[in-house]
Amino acid sequence: MKQRARMRMLPDGRRLHLQDGPIDLIVEAFGAASDVDRAYQAACARFVNVLDELCGELKFLRQECCRDAEWPSGSVARRMVAAVMPYASQCFITPMAAVAGAVAEEILATMVRAANLSRAYVNDGGDIALHLTGAEKFVIGMVERPDRPSLLGTLAIEADNSVRGIATSGWRGRSFSLGIADAVTVLADRAAAADAAATIIANAVDLPGHPAIVRVPARELAPDSDLGARLVTQGLGKLTDAEVNLALDGGVQTAERLRRMGLIRAAALNLCGETRLVGADRVARLNSDVAERSLVHA
Amino acid sequence: MADDAIRCDACPVLCYIKPGRTGSCDRYGNHDGTLVRLDPHVVLNRAVERGDSVVPFLERGAEWDGSMVSHGETFVTAIGAGTTYPDYKPAPFIISSQVEGVDMVTVVTEGIFSYCGVKVKIDTDRHLGAECSTVRAQGEAVGHVTTSEYGSQMLSLGGVRHLTGGSRHEGTATCDALLNLCNGKAVELEIDDGATVIVEAGKPPVVDGAREERMRVGCGSATIGMFAKQWFGKVDEVVVVDDHITGVLSEHQAGKLLGIPETGIKLKGRRSTPGRYFQVAEPGTSWGGTDIEDPLSILGKFNAKKAWPGLRLLMVSTTGEHYAYFVLNEDLRPKEKELPATLGQSVARIKENCEPALCTVLFMGGAGGSLRAGVTENPVKLTHSVRDALTRVTCGGAPVYVWPGGGITFMVDVTRMPQNAFGYVPTPALVAPIEFTLRLADYGALGGYVDQVRPLSSISAEKEAKRTVAARKDNPWPLEAGVKSR
Repeated sequence: MKQRARMRMLPDGRRLHLQDGPIDLIVEAFGAASDVDRAYQAACARFVNVLDELCGELKFLRQECCRDAEWPSGSVARRMVAAVMPYASQCFITPMAAVAGAVAEEILATMVRAANLSRAYVNDGGDIALHLTGAEKFVIGMVERPDRPSLLGTLAIEADNSVRGIATSGWRGRSFSLGIADAVTVLADRAAAADAAATIIANAVDLPGHPAIVRVPARELAPDSDLGARLVTQGLGKLTDAEVNLALDGGVQTAERLRRMGLIRAAALNLCGETRLVGADRVARLNSDVAERSLVHA
Repeated sequence: MADDAIRCDACPVLCYIKPGRTGSCDRYGNHDGTLVRLDPHVVLNRAVERGDSVVPFLERGAEWDGSMVSHGETFVTAIGAGTTYPDYKPAPFIISSQVEGVDMVTVVTEGIFSYCGVKVKIDTDRHLGAECSTVRAQGEAVGHVTTSEYGSQMLSLGGVRHLTGGSRHEGTATCDALLNLCNGKAVELEIDDGATVIVEAGKPPVVDGAREERMRVGCGSATIGMFAKQWFGKVDEVVVVDDHITGVLSEHQAGKLLGIPETGIKLKGRRSTPGRYFQVAEPGTSWGGTDIEDPLSILGKFNAKKAWPGLRLLMVSTTGEHYAYFVLNEDLRPKEKELPATLGQSVARIKENCEPALCTVLFMGGAGGSLRAGVTENPVKLTHSVRDALTRVTCGGAPVYVWPGGGITFMVDVTRMPQNAFGYVPTPALVAPIEFTLRLADYGALGGYVDQVRPLSSISAEKEAKRTVAARKDNPWPLEAGVKSR
């Protein structure tokens, strides 16, 4: 059988690149050379089956999640359902909202089981699963708009707090969004949970009925989208500062609620150059000019 | 399912893809009903790299093999280096390498420039807008038209007033326009009571939808001087139409010297010196940068005492793009005729001598106190060191012109920098790479963070991601001569 998945070391000799269909992972493990090796071998062995497993249950995973639904059989699919279940009775969500985070989580878990690693990460297109031990930490760069990468600031995540998942969602990203946030970055205990929450919070940054927002039924863009006829954001005209604030307020409210429920630890919401932070001071060291907006000329 | 969608079978997701769109992988797309493979995740990878804090390298010759470099063949640029602004602490990377036995130090940082902008030179004689007119991008004021230069219109865009002094929209639009211009992307600019121009560094300007091809060879008068001999004997009168100075062969010094007789021609406009006329028409985007469509509209009646039936008249613009040939009839009225081949050659020659019209973009910024403090504990010493040519300043490895006077205010041609060297922060302000290179001994002398200096080889060993790009042959090597030794 011809192998479809691409698995290779990046030119730096340290990071592993795994790609299969729409899944694109950058993986890096830290530890003794033999452990890193073993971890990468395990990651590859698990990775080759991930896409086929998911596609076997794709029809189910594209359907709205409800509380009494049957559980899927694949372990990645189960991670997806677990991540979106808390929202099932409250709003429309399908397990696909957590697919990237769930894949990252699965590969990370495989590596950590197979070898003794001091740190590791699996980055699935910006949705990241982390492994941290001892006094280790990760410094994460935040990007305001995915189509115009530029560092907004950095977050330091240390082993002694519970954050192990990071995800970003927004209408300018790869997936469709019902809201208008340029990017919502979420820190949560697991990557799949962060992924689902980022989707929910990005959807909540919205100005329903605003004429400057171009919305198109998802299925007109992608006939098999899990969002069906729901309107997804495809363009954003000029908003006044007051409107930007109003839209962000909606997102912040949702983010605060999810934080109180323990579904997320922190979030950064971006819209038209405005940034709001929720819970960031509690979990991560934030290094950003957002914190100190007052302009000192360089 | 829509019937114009196609099914992609590259992977088991089996996406249905609409025309002009991509599947969930962004790798395969529907191009006019055909499944095509696209460049993979260009934007995404860039985001990943940026997130990883990229430290790109400029390297001469072969691909970086990770080996230790001690002979100055690798230069670390500041792109993606990050910045410690606004903290007064050492710059993110202070790197040493050896050049001809002298320990060199390169201080690498990314500066956040709110005092910055671009100067745009647009090679065109077409009137783009009056001096001081506002230049807009996305409807917001982002700069103004400044004094025109030879064969070119100049714009001054950005600056602290547009970036942070106006509304948020104005700041964002300005930052956007600057970022795109600096990163070599096309930007549409609208000039109040003037033209709409599409500007892209290193590309011809597009003025009101028309792509500019050539710069004029000279003003109308200069063109007469250059081509008088080639016209002699083939035509009786030549008018070179130009928004600045329109030239008339028979009245011009060059025509007089050749003994060309008077023709009784009468030009509108203000006569400057013989054969040279100002303001024959309004500025515009037609003949020689004027607004005329009919060249005869700038002529009065021929003087019957001097003109004669059969008189041959060539009218041509300063770029040779517009031309017309006339012969006077019995009533001394010009009638258009086909251009004789012998004159066609001279029109072609004018065109040939006009250089390709380009837009050029120079980034200009000032390295302020706190950026300099990342290099040395005593910022003003860095300024002095740059003045004394002990320290070389580069921008993404490209040479810069440092403006005389106080501070370190520099200009750099953005096309000489690596791709996508510029970023932005939401302040809004531009983030540009800046490197200071000097001898290690001099670095110590000016209060540098000598304890923070690390060898070049450590960059590859450490966790920082990096990108290696080939150095441009036309850029001087940043570590080479030019950094003077005492």
